[in-house]
Amino acid sequence: MSKVYIGCGAGFAGDRFDAAVPIVKALAEVKGERFLIYEVLAERTLAIAQRLRRENPDQGYSPFLDLYLPLVLADCHRHGIRIVTNMGAANPLGAARRVHALALELGIRGLKVAAVTGDDLLGSMSEAEIRREQIIEGIPLDHRSIVAANAYLGAGPVAGALATGAHVVLVGRTTDAALSLGPLMHVHGWKAGDLDLLAQGTVCGHLLECGAQVSGAYFPDPGFKDVPDLDRIGFPIAEVDADGSLVITKPPGTGGLVSRATVIEQLLYEVHDPNNYLTPDVVLDIGEVEVEETGTNRVGVKGARGKPPPATLKATVCVDAGWLGEGEISYAGPNALARAELAASVVRARCRAIGIGDPVRVEVLGTEAIFDGNSGGRHPSGVQNTGGEYRVRAAVRSPQRKVAQQVSDEVLSLYCSGPAGGAGVRQHISPQVSTVSILIDRARVKAQVAVVEKS
Amino acid sequence: MNVVEVPLHAVAHARAGDKGNRSNISVIPYRAEAFALLVEQVTEERVLAVFAHKGATAVKRYVLAKLPAMNFVIDNALEGGVNSSLGLDGHGKALSFLVLGDITVKVPLDCIPVNSPYLKNAVNGER
Repeated sequence: MSKVYIGCGAGFAGDRFDAAVPIVKALAEVKGERFLIYEVLAERTLAIAQRLRRENPDQGYSPFLDLYLPLVLADCHRHGIRIVTNMGAANPLGAARRVHALALELGIRGLKVAAVTGDDLLGSMSEAEIRREQIIEGIPLDHRSIVAANAYLGAGPVAGALATGAHVVLVGRTTDAALSLGPLMHVHGWKAGDLDLLAQGTVCGHLLECGAQVSGAYFPDPGFKDVPDLDRIGFPIAEVDADGSLVITKPPGTGGLVSRATVIEQLLYEVHDPNNYLTPDVVLDIGEVEVEETGTNRVGVKGARGKPPPATLKATVCVDAGWLGEGEISYAGPNALARAELAASVVRARCRAIGIGDPVRVEVLGTEAIFDGNSGGRHPSGVQNTGGEYRVRAAVRSPQRKVAQQVSDEVLSLYCSGPAGGAGVRQHISPQVSTVSILIDRARVKAQVAVVEKS
Repeated sequence: MNVVEVPLHAVAHARAGDKGNRSNISVIPYRAEAFALLVEQVTEERVLAVFAHKGATAVKRYVLAKLPAMNFVIDNALEGGVNSSLGLDGHGKALSFLVLGDITVKVPLDCIPVNSPYLKNAVNGER
Protein backbone atom coordinates (compact mmCIF):
# COMPACT_ATOMS: atom_id res chain seq x y z
CA MET A 1 0.00 0.00 0.00
CA SER A 2 1.33 3.39 -0.95
CA LYS A 3 2.73 5.64 1.72
CA VAL A 4 2.40 9.39 1.40
CA TYR A 5 5.32 11.63 2.30
CA ILE A 6 4.66 15.33 2.80
CA GLY A 7 7.46 17.78 3.51
CA CYS A 8 6.85 21.39 4.51
CA GLY A 9 9.26 23.96 3.08
CA ALA A 10 7.85 27.11 4.72
CA GLY A 11 5.57 27.93 7.64
CA PHE A 12 5.18 31.62 6.82
CA ALA A 13 6.19 34.10 4.15
CA GLY A 14 9.78 34.87 4.96
CA ASP A 15 10.64 31.46 6.38
CA ARG A 16 14.11 30.21 5.42
CA PHE A 17 14.18 30.10 1.63
CA ASP A 18 16.49 27.07 1.32
CA ALA A 19 14.77 24.94 3.97
CA ALA A 20 13.13 22.69 1.39
CA VAL A 21 16.39 21.63 -0.22
CA PRO A 22 17.16 18.87 2.34
CA ILE A 23 13.50 17.81 2.22
CA VAL A 24 13.64 17.33 -1.54
CA LYS A 25 16.86 15.37 -1.17
CA ALA A 26 15.26 13.08 1.45
CA LEU A 27 12.04 12.62 -0.53
CA ALA A 28 14.00 11.76 -3.68
CA GLU A 29 15.35 8.69 -1.90
CA VAL A 30 12.06 7.16 -0.75
CA LYS A 31 9.36 5.34 -2.67
CA GLY A 32 5.76 6.41 -2.46
CA GLU A 33 3.74 9.48 -3.29
CA ARG A 34 5.73 12.55 -2.31
CA PHE A 35 4.64 16.16 -1.85
CA LEU A 36 6.29 19.42 -0.88
CA ILE A 37 4.06 22.09 0.61
CA TYR A 38 4.69 25.77 1.37
CA GLU A 39 2.40 27.81 3.62
CA VAL A 40 3.07 31.51 3.08
CA LEU A 41 -0.31 33.23 3.36
CA ALA A 42 -1.17 35.01 6.60
CA GLU A 43 -4.53 36.76 6.92
CA ARG A 44 -3.11 40.20 6.18
CA THR A 45 -0.80 39.00 3.43
CA LEU A 46 -3.80 38.47 1.21
CA ALA A 47 -4.84 42.10 1.51
CA ILE A 48 -1.42 43.24 0.35
CA ALA A 49 -1.60 40.78 -2.55
CA GLN A 50 -5.07 42.03 -3.51
CA ARG A 51 -3.74 45.59 -3.70
CA LEU A 52 -0.88 44.46 -5.93
CA ARG A 53 -3.33 42.71 -8.24
CA ARG A 54 -5.45 45.85 -8.59
CA GLU A 55 -2.39 47.76 -9.69
CA ASN A 56 -1.32 45.05 -12.14
CA PRO A 57 -3.62 42.13 -13.11
CA ASP A 58 -0.61 39.84 -13.65
CA GLN A 59 0.51 40.35 -10.04
CA GLY A 60 -1.11 39.52 -6.72
CA TYR A 61 0.44 36.11 -6.24
CA SER A 62 3.03 35.69 -3.50
CA PRO A 63 6.22 37.63 -4.25
CA PHE A 64 7.98 34.84 -2.37
CA LEU A 65 7.24 32.39 -5.20
CA ASP A 66 10.36 33.59 -6.98
CA LEU A 67 12.46 33.14 -3.86
CA TYR A 68 11.33 29.63 -2.92
CA LEU A 69 10.52 27.69 -6.06
CA PRO A 70 13.64 28.21 -8.22
CA LEU A 71 15.66 26.31 -5.59
CA VAL A 72 13.58 23.13 -5.86
CA LEU A 73 11.44 23.12 -8.99
CA ALA A 74 13.83 21.20 -11.25
CA ASP A 75 14.69 18.56 -8.64
CA CYS A 76 11.05 18.10 -7.67
CA HIS A 77 10.07 17.57 -11.28
CA ARG A 78 12.96 15.18 -11.88
CA HIS A 79 12.02 13.02 -8.89
CA GLY A 80 8.24 13.21 -9.21
CA ILE A 81 7.74 15.29 -6.06
CA ARG A 82 4.60 17.38 -6.42
CA ILE A 83 4.33 20.89 -4.98
CA VAL A 84 1.23 22.27 -3.27
CA THR A 85 1.29 25.84 -2.02
CA ASN A 86 -0.87 28.87 -1.28
CA MET A 87 1.56 31.14 -3.12
CA GLY A 88 -1.40 31.80 -5.43
CA ALA A 89 -2.55 34.40 -2.87
CA ALA A 90 -4.88 36.86 -4.66
CA ASN A 91 -4.04 35.50 -8.11
CA PRO A 92 -3.57 31.70 -8.35
CA LEU A 93 -3.87 31.79 -12.16
CA GLY A 94 -1.17 34.47 -12.36
CA ALA A 95 1.01 32.37 -10.07
CA ALA A 96 0.51 29.34 -12.30
CA ARG A 97 1.60 31.35 -15.33
CA ARG A 98 4.66 32.54 -13.42
CA VAL A 99 5.57 28.93 -12.54
CA HIS A 100 5.43 28.06 -16.24
CA ALA A 101 7.73 30.97 -17.04
CA LEU A 102 10.06 29.83 -14.28
CA ALA A 103 10.09 26.30 -15.71
CA LEU A 104 11.05 27.74 -19.08
CA GLU A 105 13.91 29.71 -17.49
CA LEU A 106 15.10 26.57 -15.70
CA GLY A 107 14.82 24.36 -18.78
CA ILE A 108 12.11 22.14 -17.30
CA ARG A 109 9.90 20.46 -19.89
CA GLY A 110 6.38 19.10 -19.58
CA LEU A 111 5.45 20.73 -16.29
CA LYS A 112 1.72 20.66 -15.58
CA VAL A 113 0.43 23.41 -13.31
CA ALA A 114 -3.03 23.76 -11.77
CA ALA A 115 -4.67 26.65 -9.96
CA VAL A 116 -7.56 26.59 -7.51
CA THR A 117 -9.82 29.63 -7.52
CA GLY A 118 -13.14 30.55 -5.97
CA ASP A 119 -12.02 31.69 -2.51
CA ASP A 120 -12.13 35.35 -3.57
CA LEU A 121 -15.58 36.57 -2.50
CA LEU A 122 -15.20 39.95 -4.18
CA GLY A 123 -15.62 38.02 -7.44
CA SER A 124 -18.90 36.39 -6.40
CA MET A 125 -20.55 38.67 -3.84
CA SER A 126 -21.20 42.39 -3.67
CA GLU A 127 -19.59 44.43 -0.91
CA ALA A 128 -23.07 45.11 0.45
CA GLU A 129 -23.73 41.37 0.72
CA ILE A 130 -20.41 40.83 2.49
CA ARG A 131 -21.24 43.57 4.99
CA ARG A 132 -24.49 41.79 5.87
CA GLU A 133 -22.87 38.49 6.91
CA GLN A 134 -22.47 37.41 10.53
CA ILE A 135 -19.23 38.60 12.17
CA ILE A 136 -17.62 36.03 14.47
CA GLU A 137 -14.40 37.88 15.19
CA GLY A 138 -13.42 41.53 14.96
CA ILE A 139 -15.27 44.83 15.11
CA PRO A 140 -18.18 45.81 12.80
CA LEU A 141 -17.22 46.61 9.22
CA ASP A 142 -19.29 49.81 9.17
CA HIS A 143 -18.14 51.82 6.20
CA ARG A 144 -14.50 50.86 6.32
CA SER A 145 -13.14 50.15 2.86
CA ILE A 146 -12.92 46.40 2.03
CA VAL A 147 -9.54 45.47 0.59
CA ALA A 148 -10.03 41.70 0.36
CA ALA A 149 -12.61 39.06 1.28
CA ASN A 150 -11.73 35.39 1.00
CA ALA A 151 -13.42 32.21 2.14
CA TYR A 152 -11.36 29.38 3.56
CA LEU A 153 -11.62 26.53 1.05
CA GLY A 154 -11.12 22.98 2.27
CA ALA A 155 -9.02 20.12 0.99
CA GLY A 156 -11.46 18.94 -1.68
CA PRO A 157 -10.40 21.42 -4.36
CA VAL A 158 -6.73 20.68 -3.64
CA ALA A 159 -7.38 16.97 -4.18
CA GLY A 160 -9.30 17.88 -7.33
CA ALA A 161 -6.36 19.85 -8.66
CA LEU A 162 -4.01 16.94 -7.99
CA ALA A 163 -6.41 14.64 -9.85
CA THR A 164 -5.65 16.57 -13.04
CA GLY A 165 -2.11 15.19 -12.80
CA ALA A 166 -0.65 18.60 -12.04
CA HIS A 167 2.93 18.68 -10.78
CA VAL A 168 2.40 22.03 -9.09
CA VAL A 169 -0.85 23.18 -7.46
CA LEU A 170 -1.33 26.85 -6.58
CA VAL A 171 -4.13 27.89 -4.28
CA GLY A 172 -5.17 31.14 -2.66
CA ARG A 173 -7.01 31.04 0.64
CA THR A 174 -7.58 27.52 1.88
CA THR A 175 -7.13 26.22 5.37
CA ASP A 176 -3.45 25.64 5.99
CA ALA A 177 -4.24 21.99 6.77
CA ALA A 178 -5.79 21.56 3.32
CA LEU A 179 -2.33 21.76 1.77
CA SER A 180 -1.64 18.37 3.41
CA LEU A 181 -5.12 16.89 3.60
CA GLY A 182 -5.67 17.47 -0.13
CA PRO A 183 -2.76 15.21 -1.14
CA LEU A 184 -3.87 12.57 1.39
CA MET A 185 -7.44 12.54 0.07
CA HIS A 186 -6.12 12.34 -3.47
CA VAL A 187 -3.69 9.45 -2.95
CA HIS A 188 -5.51 7.44 -0.30
CA GLY A 189 -8.98 8.02 -1.75
CA TRP A 190 -10.36 9.38 1.52
CA LYS A 191 -13.90 10.67 1.09
CA ALA A 192 -16.04 13.28 2.83
CA GLY A 193 -17.57 10.66 5.10
CA ASP A 194 -14.26 9.21 6.32
CA LEU A 195 -14.33 11.53 9.30
CA ASP A 196 -11.65 9.92 11.46
CA LEU A 197 -9.27 9.69 8.50
CA LEU A 198 -9.93 13.31 7.59
CA ALA A 199 -9.26 14.14 11.24
CA GLN A 200 -5.88 12.39 11.16
CA GLY A 201 -5.07 14.16 7.90
CA THR A 202 -6.03 17.48 9.43
CA VAL A 203 -3.74 16.80 12.40
CA CYS A 204 -0.98 16.05 9.90
CA GLY A 205 -1.61 19.37 8.15
CA HIS A 206 -1.83 21.26 11.43
CA LEU A 207 1.51 19.84 12.58
CA LEU A 208 3.23 20.68 9.27
CA GLU A 209 1.77 24.09 8.52
CA CYS A 210 4.19 26.10 10.66
CA GLY A 211 7.26 24.45 9.21
CA ALA A 212 10.03 23.85 11.73
CA GLN A 213 7.81 24.79 14.67
CA VAL A 214 7.15 21.05 14.96
CA SER A 215 10.77 20.00 14.45
CA GLY A 216 12.51 21.96 17.15
CA ALA A 217 12.08 25.61 16.19
CA TYR A 218 10.18 28.13 18.30
CA PHE A 219 11.00 25.68 21.08
CA PRO A 220 14.54 26.15 22.46
CA ASP A 221 14.92 27.49 26.00
CA PRO A 222 18.59 26.96 26.85
CA GLY A 223 19.17 24.69 29.82
CA PHE A 224 15.52 23.63 29.78
CA LYS A 225 14.69 22.69 26.20
CA ASP A 226 17.85 22.39 24.16
CA VAL A 227 17.79 21.79 20.40
CA PRO A 228 20.90 21.07 18.30
CA ASP A 229 21.93 23.10 15.25
CA LEU A 230 19.09 25.60 14.92
CA ASP A 231 21.02 27.31 12.13
CA ARG A 232 20.48 24.31 9.88
CA ILE A 233 17.23 23.03 11.31
CA GLY A 234 15.44 20.30 9.40
CA PHE A 235 11.93 21.18 8.30
CA PRO A 236 9.33 18.48 8.89
CA ILE A 237 8.30 15.50 6.84
CA ALA A 238 5.09 13.55 7.57
CA GLU A 239 4.63 9.91 6.62
CA VAL A 240 0.99 8.92 6.33
CA ASP A 241 -0.54 5.53 5.52
CA ALA A 242 -3.97 4.90 4.06
CA ASP A 243 -5.28 3.93 7.52
CA GLY A 244 -4.30 7.36 8.85
CA SER A 245 -1.14 6.23 10.67
CA LEU A 246 0.99 9.33 11.00
CA VAL A 247 4.68 9.82 11.78
CA ILE A 248 6.41 13.20 11.96
CA THR A 249 10.13 13.22 11.18
CA LYS A 250 12.74 15.40 9.44
CA PRO A 251 15.46 14.94 6.80
CA PRO A 252 18.59 13.04 7.87
CA GLY A 253 21.68 15.12 8.58
CA THR A 254 19.78 18.27 9.52
CA GLY A 255 19.62 20.11 12.83
CA GLY A 256 16.58 20.37 15.03
CA LEU A 257 14.59 17.87 17.05
CA VAL A 258 11.36 15.93 16.61
CA SER A 259 10.22 14.77 20.05
CA ARG A 260 7.01 14.27 22.00
CA ALA A 261 7.48 17.75 23.46
CA THR A 262 8.02 19.53 20.11
CA VAL A 263 5.01 17.77 18.60
CA ILE A 264 2.69 18.43 21.56
CA GLU A 265 3.54 22.15 21.57
CA GLN A 266 2.62 22.40 17.91
CA LEU A 267 -0.43 20.15 18.25
CA LEU A 268 -2.02 22.71 20.58
CA TYR A 269 -0.71 25.80 18.75
CA GLU A 270 -3.59 28.17 17.90
CA VAL A 271 -6.13 25.56 19.01
CA HIS A 272 -8.94 26.70 21.24
CA ASP A 273 -11.49 23.99 22.11
CA PRO A 274 -9.47 20.80 21.46
CA ASN A 275 -12.64 18.76 21.08
CA ASN A 276 -14.09 21.03 18.41
CA TYR A 277 -11.51 22.45 16.01
CA LEU A 278 -13.61 23.66 13.08
CA THR A 279 -12.44 23.20 9.50
CA PRO A 280 -14.37 23.08 6.22
CA ASP A 281 -13.54 19.36 5.93
CA VAL A 282 -14.15 18.00 9.41
CA VAL A 283 -14.64 19.07 13.01
CA LEU A 284 -11.48 17.80 14.62
CA ASP A 285 -11.37 16.32 18.12
CA ILE A 286 -7.84 15.88 19.50
CA GLY A 287 -9.01 15.12 23.03
CA GLU A 288 -7.86 11.49 22.81
CA VAL A 289 -4.79 11.98 20.63
CA GLU A 290 -1.68 10.10 21.72
CA VAL A 291 1.85 11.14 20.84
CA GLU A 292 4.66 8.62 20.99
CA GLU A 293 8.37 8.62 20.15
CA THR A 294 8.97 5.64 17.87
CA GLY A 295 12.61 6.33 17.01
CA THR A 296 15.20 9.07 16.85
CA ASN A 297 13.46 12.18 15.52
CA ARG A 298 10.38 10.08 14.78
CA VAL A 299 7.08 10.71 16.54
CA GLY A 300 3.83 8.86 15.93
CA VAL A 301 0.50 10.64 16.38
CA LYS A 302 -2.78 8.74 16.58
CA GLY A 303 -6.30 8.92 17.90
CA ALA A 304 -7.77 11.99 16.18
CA ARG A 305 -11.54 11.79 15.86
CA GLY A 306 -13.73 13.56 13.34
CA LYS A 307 -17.27 14.91 13.34
CA PRO A 308 -19.19 16.30 10.36
CA PRO A 309 -18.05 19.76 9.25
CA PRO A 310 -20.12 22.90 9.86
CA ALA A 311 -22.65 24.14 7.29
CA THR A 312 -20.90 27.47 6.98
CA LEU A 313 -17.43 28.50 5.86
CA LYS A 314 -15.24 31.04 7.60
CA ALA A 315 -14.10 33.98 5.53
CA THR A 316 -11.64 36.75 6.29
CA VAL A 317 -12.49 40.30 5.30
CA CYS A 318 -9.56 42.72 5.22
CA VAL A 319 -10.29 46.41 5.67
CA ASP A 320 -8.22 49.58 5.69
CA ALA A 321 -7.19 50.42 9.22
CA GLY A 322 -5.33 53.68 9.00
CA TRP A 323 -1.74 54.13 10.09
CA LEU A 324 0.63 52.88 12.75
CA GLY A 325 3.33 55.31 13.84
CA GLU A 326 6.23 54.18 15.99
CA GLY A 327 9.43 55.73 17.30
CA GLU A 328 12.20 54.29 19.46
CA ILE A 329 15.28 55.63 21.24
CA SER A 330 17.88 53.96 23.50
CA TYR A 331 19.53 54.84 26.82
CA ALA A 332 22.42 52.82 28.26
CA GLY A 333 24.88 52.88 31.14
CA PRO A 334 24.59 54.43 34.62
CA ASN A 335 21.10 55.61 35.59
CA ALA A 336 19.80 54.53 32.17
CA LEU A 337 16.39 53.48 33.45
CA ALA A 338 15.74 56.87 35.05
CA ARG A 339 16.74 58.63 31.85
CA ALA A 340 14.50 56.31 29.80
CA GLU A 341 11.55 56.92 32.12
CA LEU A 342 12.12 60.66 31.93
CA ALA A 343 12.12 60.40 28.13
CA ALA A 344 8.87 58.42 28.23
CA SER A 345 7.22 61.04 30.43
CA VAL A 346 8.37 63.78 28.03
CA VAL A 347 6.79 61.99 25.07
CA ARG A 348 3.52 61.49 26.96
CA ALA A 349 3.40 65.17 27.92
CA ARG A 350 4.26 66.31 24.41
CA CYS A 351 1.54 64.14 22.85
CA ARG A 352 -0.98 65.76 25.20
CA ALA A 353 0.38 69.22 24.47
CA ILE A 354 0.12 68.90 20.69
CA GLY A 355 -3.37 67.45 20.97
CA ILE A 356 -2.99 63.84 19.85
CA GLY A 357 -6.48 62.40 20.20
CA ASP A 358 -5.72 58.74 19.55
CA PRO A 359 -4.42 56.54 22.40
CA VAL A 360 -0.61 56.59 22.56
CA ARG A 361 1.42 53.79 24.15
CA VAL A 362 4.76 54.84 25.60
CA GLU A 363 6.84 52.09 27.17
CA VAL A 364 10.35 51.35 28.32
CA LEU A 365 11.65 48.21 26.66
CA GLY A 366 13.98 46.24 28.90
CA THR A 367 11.51 46.20 31.79
CA GLU A 368 9.43 43.28 30.39
CA ALA A 369 7.25 45.98 28.87
CA ILE A 370 6.15 43.53 26.17
CA PHE A 371 3.92 41.94 28.85
CA ASP A 372 2.35 45.29 29.80
CA GLY A 373 -1.08 46.54 28.81
CA ASN A 374 -1.60 49.72 26.79
CA SER A 375 -2.84 51.50 29.88
CA GLY A 376 -0.24 50.28 32.31
CA GLY A 377 2.20 47.64 33.43
CA ARG A 378 1.97 44.68 35.73
CA HIS A 379 5.14 45.71 37.53
CA PRO A 380 5.13 47.81 40.67
CA SER A 381 7.01 51.04 40.15
CA GLY A 382 10.54 51.33 41.45
CA VAL A 383 12.96 48.99 39.74
CA GLN A 384 16.17 48.40 41.70
CA ASN A 385 18.60 47.86 38.85
CA THR A 386 18.95 51.24 37.20
CA GLY A 387 21.91 50.62 34.90
CA GLY A 388 21.82 48.54 31.77
CA GLU A 389 20.18 49.28 28.45
CA TYR A 390 16.63 50.47 27.90
CA ARG A 391 14.70 51.52 24.85
CA VAL A 392 11.79 53.93 24.90
CA ARG A 393 9.05 53.17 22.43
CA ALA A 394 5.97 55.21 21.51
CA ALA A 395 3.19 53.91 19.29
CA VAL A 396 -0.14 55.19 18.00
CA ARG A 397 -2.77 54.02 15.55
CA SER A 398 -4.71 56.68 13.72
CA PRO A 399 -6.86 57.08 10.61
CA GLN A 400 -4.53 59.97 9.76
CA ARG A 401 -0.98 59.48 8.60
CA LYS A 402 -0.13 62.90 10.02
CA VAL A 403 -0.91 61.78 13.58
CA ALA A 404 1.20 58.65 13.20
CA GLN A 405 4.09 60.84 12.03
CA GLN A 406 3.63 63.37 14.83
CA VAL A 407 3.88 60.79 17.61
CA SER A 408 6.90 59.17 16.00
CA ASP A 409 8.52 62.60 15.66
CA GLU A 410 8.12 63.24 19.37
CA VAL A 411 10.59 60.40 19.92
CA LEU A 412 12.94 61.75 17.25
CA SER A 413 13.01 65.18 18.89
CA LEU A 414 14.32 63.58 22.09
CA TYR A 415 17.73 63.55 20.42
CA CYS A 416 18.23 67.22 21.21
CA SER A 417 15.31 67.91 23.56
CA GLY A 418 15.33 64.85 25.84
CA PRO A 419 17.44 63.28 28.59
CA ALA A 420 21.20 62.73 28.36
CA GLY A 421 22.59 60.02 26.16
CA GLY A 422 19.57 59.30 23.95
CA ALA A 423 20.71 57.25 20.96
CA GLY A 424 19.69 55.08 18.04
CA VAL A 425 16.33 56.52 17.02
CA ARG A 426 14.31 54.45 14.59
CA GLN A 427 11.00 55.59 13.14
CA HIS A 428 8.39 53.53 11.38
CA ILE A 429 5.17 54.72 9.77
CA SER A 430 3.13 51.98 8.13
CA PRO A 431 -0.32 51.55 6.59
CA GLN A 432 -2.47 49.04 8.44
CA VAL A 433 -4.97 46.40 7.41
CA SER A 434 -7.41 44.97 9.89
CA THR A 435 -9.27 41.67 9.58
CA VAL A 436 -12.78 40.59 10.40
CA SER A 437 -13.97 36.99 10.31
CA ILE A 438 -17.43 36.22 8.96
CA LEU A 439 -19.44 33.06 8.34
CA ILE A 440 -20.96 32.41 4.94
CA ASP A 441 -23.15 29.75 3.40
CA ARG A 442 -21.16 27.06 1.57
CA ALA A 443 -23.43 27.46 -1.43
CA ARG A 444 -22.03 30.96 -1.98
CA VAL A 445 -18.56 29.57 -2.61
CA LYS A 446 -17.74 27.67 -5.79
CA ALA A 447 -14.18 26.39 -5.92
CA GLN A 448 -12.79 25.76 -9.39
CA VAL A 449 -9.73 24.00 -10.71
CA ALA A 450 -7.97 25.23 -13.82
CA VAL A 451 -5.04 23.57 -15.53
CA VAL A 452 -2.96 26.46 -16.76
CA GLU A 453 -1.22 25.96 -20.04
CA LYS A 454 2.03 27.66 -20.87
CA SER A 455 1.94 31.44 -20.74
CA MET B 1 9.88 14.13 49.43
CA ASN B 2 10.61 17.82 49.82
CA VAL B 3 8.04 20.16 48.33
CA VAL B 4 9.37 23.34 46.76
CA GLU B 5 7.65 26.43 45.39
CA VAL B 6 8.98 27.23 41.92
CA PRO B 7 7.88 29.20 38.87
CA LEU B 8 5.78 27.11 36.50
CA HIS B 9 8.77 27.42 34.16
CA ALA B 10 10.59 24.81 36.28
CA VAL B 11 8.07 22.07 35.64
CA ALA B 12 6.33 22.90 32.37
CA HIS B 13 6.80 24.37 28.93
CA ALA B 14 4.26 26.36 26.93
CA ARG B 15 3.44 27.87 23.54
CA ALA B 16 1.11 30.80 22.84
CA GLY B 17 -1.07 31.29 19.78
CA ASP B 18 -3.75 33.81 18.83
CA LYS B 19 -7.03 34.17 17.03
CA GLY B 20 -8.24 37.74 16.96
CA ASN B 21 -8.34 39.11 20.49
CA ARG B 22 -8.15 35.67 22.07
CA SER B 23 -4.95 33.98 23.16
CA ASN B 24 -4.38 30.28 23.68
CA ILE B 25 -1.53 29.07 25.81
CA SER B 26 -0.67 25.41 26.16
CA VAL B 27 0.97 24.27 29.40
CA ILE B 28 2.82 20.97 29.09
CA PRO B 29 4.60 19.29 32.04
CA TYR B 30 8.15 18.12 31.47
CA ARG B 31 7.33 15.10 33.65
CA ALA B 32 3.94 13.40 33.66
CA GLU B 33 4.26 13.04 37.45
CA ALA B 34 3.65 16.77 37.75
CA PHE B 35 0.45 16.84 35.75
CA ALA B 36 -2.11 16.21 38.50
CA LEU B 37 -0.50 18.90 40.66
CA LEU B 38 -0.56 21.36 37.78
CA VAL B 39 -4.23 20.64 37.11
CA GLU B 40 -4.87 21.29 40.80
CA GLN B 41 -2.85 24.49 41.05
CA VAL B 42 -2.83 26.19 37.64
CA THR B 43 -6.47 27.19 37.63
CA GLU B 44 -8.52 29.41 35.33
CA GLU B 45 -8.69 32.01 38.10
CA ARG B 46 -4.92 32.20 38.51
CA VAL B 47 -4.31 32.51 34.79
CA LEU B 48 -6.96 35.24 34.51
CA ALA B 49 -5.23 37.15 37.32
CA VAL B 50 -1.98 37.16 35.32
CA PHE B 51 -3.78 38.89 32.44
CA ALA B 52 -5.91 41.28 34.50
CA HIS B 53 -3.75 44.32 33.68
CA LYS B 54 -4.33 43.70 29.97
CA GLY B 55 -8.09 43.65 30.33
CA ALA B 56 -8.69 39.90 29.91
CA THR B 57 -12.27 38.96 30.71
CA ALA B 58 -12.43 35.17 30.93
CA VAL B 59 -10.28 32.04 30.86
CA LYS B 60 -11.39 28.58 29.77
CA ARG B 61 -9.13 25.65 30.57
CA TYR B 62 -9.13 22.40 28.59
CA VAL B 63 -7.43 19.36 30.13
CA LEU B 64 -5.90 16.82 27.74
CA ALA B 65 -4.99 13.95 30.04
CA LYS B 66 -3.55 11.66 27.38
CA LEU B 67 -0.83 14.07 26.22
CA PRO B 68 -0.77 15.23 29.09
CA ALA B 69 -1.27 18.98 28.70
CA MET B 70 -3.61 21.85 29.47
CA ASN B 71 -4.82 24.47 27.03
CA PHE B 72 -5.87 27.88 28.33
CA VAL B 73 -8.04 30.11 26.15
CA ILE B 74 -7.97 33.70 27.36
CA ASP B 75 -10.61 36.12 26.09
CA ASN B 76 -9.67 39.74 25.35
CA ALA B 77 -6.07 39.13 26.35
CA LEU B 78 -4.50 40.90 23.39
CA GLU B 79 -5.88 44.45 23.46
CA GLY B 80 -7.53 43.92 20.12
CA GLY B 81 -4.86 41.55 18.88
CA VAL B 82 -2.70 42.14 15.87
CA ASN B 83 -5.46 44.33 14.40
CA SER B 84 -5.25 47.06 17.00
CA SER B 85 -2.69 46.44 19.73
CA LEU B 86 -0.20 49.25 20.24
CA GLY B 87 2.31 46.87 21.81
CA LEU B 88 5.13 45.15 19.95
CA ASP B 89 3.56 41.73 20.39
CA GLY B 90 0.11 41.99 18.89
CA HIS B 91 -0.02 38.22 18.46
CA GLY B 92 0.81 37.67 22.13
CA LYS B 93 3.52 35.20 21.18
CA ALA B 94 5.66 36.09 24.22
CA LEU B 95 2.78 35.51 26.64
CA SER B 96 3.64 31.85 27.18
CA PHE B 97 6.59 33.10 29.22
CA LEU B 98 4.39 35.50 31.18
CA VAL B 99 2.40 32.49 32.41
CA LEU B 100 5.54 30.40 33.01
CA GLY B 101 7.20 33.21 34.95
CA ASP B 102 4.39 34.76 36.95
CA ILE B 103 2.62 31.63 38.18
CA THR B 104 4.34 29.58 40.88
CA VAL B 105 3.53 26.01 41.88
CA LYS B 106 4.32 23.83 44.89
CA VAL B 107 5.67 20.46 43.77
CA PRO B 108 7.85 17.62 45.05
CA LEU B 109 11.40 17.78 43.74
CA ASP B 110 10.87 14.76 41.51
CA CYS B 111 8.43 16.77 39.38
CA ILE B 112 11.39 18.85 38.16
CA PRO B 113 13.53 17.34 35.36
CA VAL B 114 16.84 16.00 36.69
CA ASN B 115 18.94 18.37 34.58
CA SER B 116 16.88 21.47 35.30
CA PRO B 117 18.78 24.57 36.44
CA TYR B 118 15.96 25.03 38.96
CA LEU B 119 16.68 21.74 40.68
CA LYS B 120 20.08 22.89 41.84
CA ASN B 121 18.61 26.14 43.13
CA ALA B 122 15.72 24.38 44.83
CA VAL B 123 18.02 21.93 46.61
CA ASN B 124 20.24 24.76 47.79
CA GLY B 125 17.18 26.64 48.96
CA GLU B 126 16.05 23.73 51.11
CA ARG B 127 19.30 23.66 53.07
